[in-house]
Amino acid sequence: MASTIRVRATSSGETTEVQALIQHPMDSGFVKDAKGEVIPPHFIQELTFEYNGKSVFVADWGAAVSKDPYVKFSFKGGKKGDDLKISWVDNKGATDTATAKIQ
Amino acid sequence: MRTSTFVVTSVLLIAGATSALAAGSEADFKAAYAAAEAANKEAGSLRNQWTVTASALAAAKKAADAGDFDKAIASSKEAEALAKASIFQATSEKEAWKALEIR
Amino acid sequence: MRPVIHFASAALALAALAFTAVPSAVAADKPDPVADAKAFRNFFAQKFPKVKLEDFVNGPYSMNEDMHRQWEEKEQFPPYEFSLDMGKEMFSKPFKNGKSYADCFPNKGIGIRQNYPYFDAGEGKVVTLELALNRCREANGEPPFSYVKDEMAALTAYMAFTSRGKPFDIKIPDDPRALEAYQNGKRYFYTRRGQLNFSCATCHVQTPGERIRAEVLAPALGILNAMPIYRSEWSGMGTISRRFTTCNSQIRGVPLNPQDDEYRDLEYYLSYVSNGLPISGPGARP
Repeated sequence: MASTIRVRATSSGETTEVQALIQHPMDSGFVKDAKGEVIPPHFIQELTFEYNGKSVFVADWGAAVSKDPYVKFSFKGGKKGDDLKISWVDNKGATDTATAKIQ
Repeated sequence: MRTSTFVVTSVLLIAGATSALAAGSEADFKAAYAAAEAANKEAGSLRNQWTVTASALAAAKKAADAGDFDKAIASSKEAEALAKASIFQATSEKEAWKALEIR
Repeated sequence: MRPVIHFASAALALAALAFTAVPSAVAADKPDPVADAKAFRNFFAQKFPKVKLEDFVNGPYSMNEDMHRQWEEKEQFPPYEFSLDMGKEMFSKPFKNGKSYADCFPNKGIGIRQNYPYFDAGEGKVVTLELALNRCREANGEPPFSYVKDEMAALTAYMAFTSRGKPFDIKIPDDPRALEAYQNGKRYFYTRRGQLNFSCATCHVQTPGERIRAEVLAPALGILNAMPIYRSEWSGMGTISRRFTTCNSQIRGVPLNPQDDEYRDLEYYLSYVSNGLPISGPGARP
């Protein structure tokens, strides 16, 4: 199965800029379907970016984040060719992980 | 004496008013609804129905089902007016559109 | 409730009166699409002299600098990517009978989106890409897709992507039926409808670059070039059919069925007057 995480990390020497697009329904639990029944909540609760074994970005998400979330941030450091690890856990306990090389 | 005459007159007037209101019957509703539906159907043949017309018709039916024929008649008349307005719009726009055209 | 009806009727009556005051030189005997397209382009070029012709395909992003910057960033990781990938997969997967979409289209369906819609002389009607795709499915024993989203959006996203950069190349053959379809589409575009009494032109000719509620309006020139689009408002993809039908209901007009004649003709007109502008789909919009 294809990964749900697409990521691009670019190092400018001092800082690394990271962009990620994550495929996830992010159902808030407040929306009803065509039959009038509530679509149960199904969203990412924790999103983590790790570099050199340390978390450089952690997001605690809830129902307010929309479908297929896009994230962009920068962190100090990060060298070209190094690995950046991304993982998420959702409220149903599902997870996904991806590793990207910093460009 | 005047007070009691006044009271009696008021009571009679109120009674008269109430009985006029209570005149909305199922037959009256059916006629009003049929007229509204016919107008909306004509709008449909002109490919120009309004969503609010459909809502008014639905409201009329709902009120009738609940036995409130006065409300049902009022909604039907509203639907008919909206449908007629949409017919007027379609007819007048047959020529009026040219005024907006970029030339 | 009653005052609302009277207001609407009165507003219509006033509008009708205002329009009947127009000089009679508006009547044209035979439609001249070439002249129309030229006038269309000039209108928008004059209205937005700083916008390059090919940039009109970016809709509201060509109208607003701040939005343009945000959009450029977003295009590095566009929200339509998942749909596009799905479309590519779907397009190459054969039907149960062994045939595939490639068998229904010229050049195996690659790099042809800019030729749609086209006028089919045999049928005497306009054929859009969405319509052609469902016809392809049905001809090969597969059930048709909904016209408004999901699979249809994914397929048209992929086909648009293979045509990125190619200019719209809509043809109107010298056939009175084709000219009539073009004219019908044009008339639909300028005709007011719905309780709110808007025409397509009301927003996209009279007020592009300005706001309707919180949205910046796109110009009509190049408005279909980015389709299908991932729209944040929809939290998902939508096709041309989706946009036409939802536009209708937004102005309180009951939408027609997707791919009804009026919509096919409308797409024909709007695509033709954008001839020469590049396909930019699939796109992203607020």
